Amino acid sequence: MRRLVLAALLAWAPLPGARADQVAVPLGDAEAGAEIFRQCRACHHVGEGAQNRIGPHLNGLFGRPAAGLPDFDYSDSMERAGADGLVWDLEHLHAYIENPRSLVSQTRMVFPGIADATQRSDFLAFLRRYSDDPANIPEAAPTALAVEIVLPPEVLGLEGDAEYGAYLAAECLTCHQADGGNDGIPSITGWPDEDFVVAMHAYRQKLRPHPLMQMMAARLSDEEIAALAAYFGDL
Amino acid sequence: MTLNRRRFLGTSAVAVTLGAPMLKAQATPRVVVVGGGAGGATAARQIAQDSEGAIDVTLIEPSRTYYTCFFSNLYIGGFRDMNSIAHDYATLAAEYGINVVHDWATGVDRDAKVVALAGGASVPYDRLILSPGIDFVEGSVPGWDLSAQTRMPHAYKAGTQTALLKAQVEAMPQGGTFVMVAPPNPYRCPPGPYERVSMVAHVLKATNPTAKIIIADPKPGFSKQALFEEGWQKHYSGMIERIGPDFGGENTSVNAADMSVGIDGEVIRADAVNVIPAQKAGLICAAAGLTDGDWAPVVPATMQSRMDENIHILGDATQQGDMPKSGFSANSQAKVAAMAIRGALTGSRVFPARFSNTCWSLIDTNDGVKVGATYEATEEKIAKVAGFVSDTGEAPELRAATYEESIGWYAGITADMFG
Repeated sequence: MRRLVLAALLAWAPLPGARADQVAVPLGDAEAGAEIFRQCRACHHVGEGAQNRIGPHLNGLFGRPAAGLPDFDYSDSMERAGADGLVWDLEHLHAYIENPRSLVSQTRMVFPGIADATQRSDFLAFLRRYSDDPANIPEAAPTALAVEIVLPPEVLGLEGDAEYGAYLAAECLTCHQADGGNDGIPSITGWPDEDFVVAMHAYRQKLRPHPLMQMMAARLSDEEIAALAAYFGDL
Repeated sequence: MTLNRRRFLGTSAVAVTLGAPMLKAQATPRVVVVGGGAGGATAARQIAQDSEGAIDVTLIEPSRTYYTCFFSNLYIGGFRDMNSIAHDYATLAAEYGINVVHDWATGVDRDAKVVALAGGASVPYDRLILSPGIDFVEGSVPGWDLSAQTRMPHAYKAGTQTALLKAQVEAMPQGGTFVMVAPPNPYRCPPGPYERVSMVAHVLKATNPTAKIIIADPKPGFSKQALFEEGWQKHYSGMIERIGPDFGGENTSVNAADMSVGIDGEVIRADAVNVIPAQKAGLICAAAGLTDGDWAPVVPATMQSRMDENIHILGDATQQGDMPKSGFSANSQAKVAAMAIRGALTGSRVFPARFSNTCWSLIDTNDGVKVGATYEATEEKIAKVAGFVSDTGEAPELRAATYEESIGWYAGITADMFG
């Protein structure tokens, strides 16, 4: 499904040369989601000036803890979910909209759920518009889904492609210094390839605890880690 | 998904058509970069380094000494001296062969592909990079304009303004009042005003502990809010009061003549006032006809202007989507643009755009926090796909390590910019 969506996006680029590199897709079709939201409006409001009705208002929903509005009277079940640490992110909203009682057993929300995953995605893409903008609040919830890219061999070259490694490494060099300086941030130059690869995999699997490095490693493929190891190993 | 080669190398295919007339003239393609900050300096260095002489790079920057906006709050707090945030362009010129021109770019003739300089010269380009940073929206804070900036500094372009603000904080009488007029979204460095308040509080706590800090804020919330508020309670209890839009914080005016600030009709006499006005793209973007409203829209995957494919725009000036306006973001965008430009002009390989950002903030000595994210290009915008933020209640050792990490990042990014 994502492949189809992405193919559609790539087909109508406004400028030559602008289309090749898109590697993320929107959460869903927010316009279609606005139509789906019509059935919710009897109980939920969203948008400028939205107030609590039968259900809580949905502004700022992404990132809000369950039962997180101080002036709304939630069910005991929802209060408990909040106390247990449930925070409304994309994954949990998907689960809740699919089947509310699967997540919050005695929720007061009388709604059978949306079975269709695409419809849920569209609906949540619509609701996402009314939560914080990451340009202003960088920690606000994501607005797109990363698409895993499998680079064909003729583009990636061989394993440990140094040119690709050099491009990927540019991102590392914002913090890690090319000359091996290590004040505050460790040097990553001149390591044996194997040590480098093992360390990056440990970050990717979140075995190593550093959240920034976990995030950076999360979007590196095995080949990309190999390319980086080759690049920094030779530096 | 799998990108096929033809599609993947689309940018290079453009290069062939654009490159043809230049090949006829037997000339080395020319890239001109306007603005020597985190976006422009990085892009100039990346292109010069990776093209190995195949592209002629000119960097136009009025200042001979560049003071980074990032870490300028730490200067206010006494954690850095001004020298340590000062950089020059000698290495870029000497070791990378970049033509560094210290002049103002005043306009762009997009048809002739020429940049006009205040000194009278004109500089032709095949590809132009604009990375001018921000300018201020006139009239956004009633009573304040640039003529008031010595009495009420903005200190949102680093250098003399930052030194002025620090001096004014240090000259406050015992028990005096510092007021910050915080900017509306979007603006450079989302946590910046709140880190600055932390640094001012750090100075006052040591030298003027009965002083007060008031923030007049038009925004309902801000980045790392829970972390800052926790830190202010812990380190500076009772010193800082923030007046948000619920209490009239968006209805603020100033009078530089008598050093007063009006917040929702109530007039406060202040001893030091930091006015951070509403912001817009650096003036050259509008002069070149590349803005839509206050900002310059760009194509996410290449940072090309939506209005002119021969011009790439970087950093704070752009309207690109989800990335915050920060030095880290500009540096990240510069690498994507540099790759796209080299691909277009020399046919070098073009890889998928990838963007990232991390903002570290210092709340008090050894109490550092951070927020970071990765971003990728969709058709519509640069979109956030993953991220993290420091937690409240973290152990002091972790906060100290986060601060240490920010020092390492500063060394890394400035080496990445200036060579």
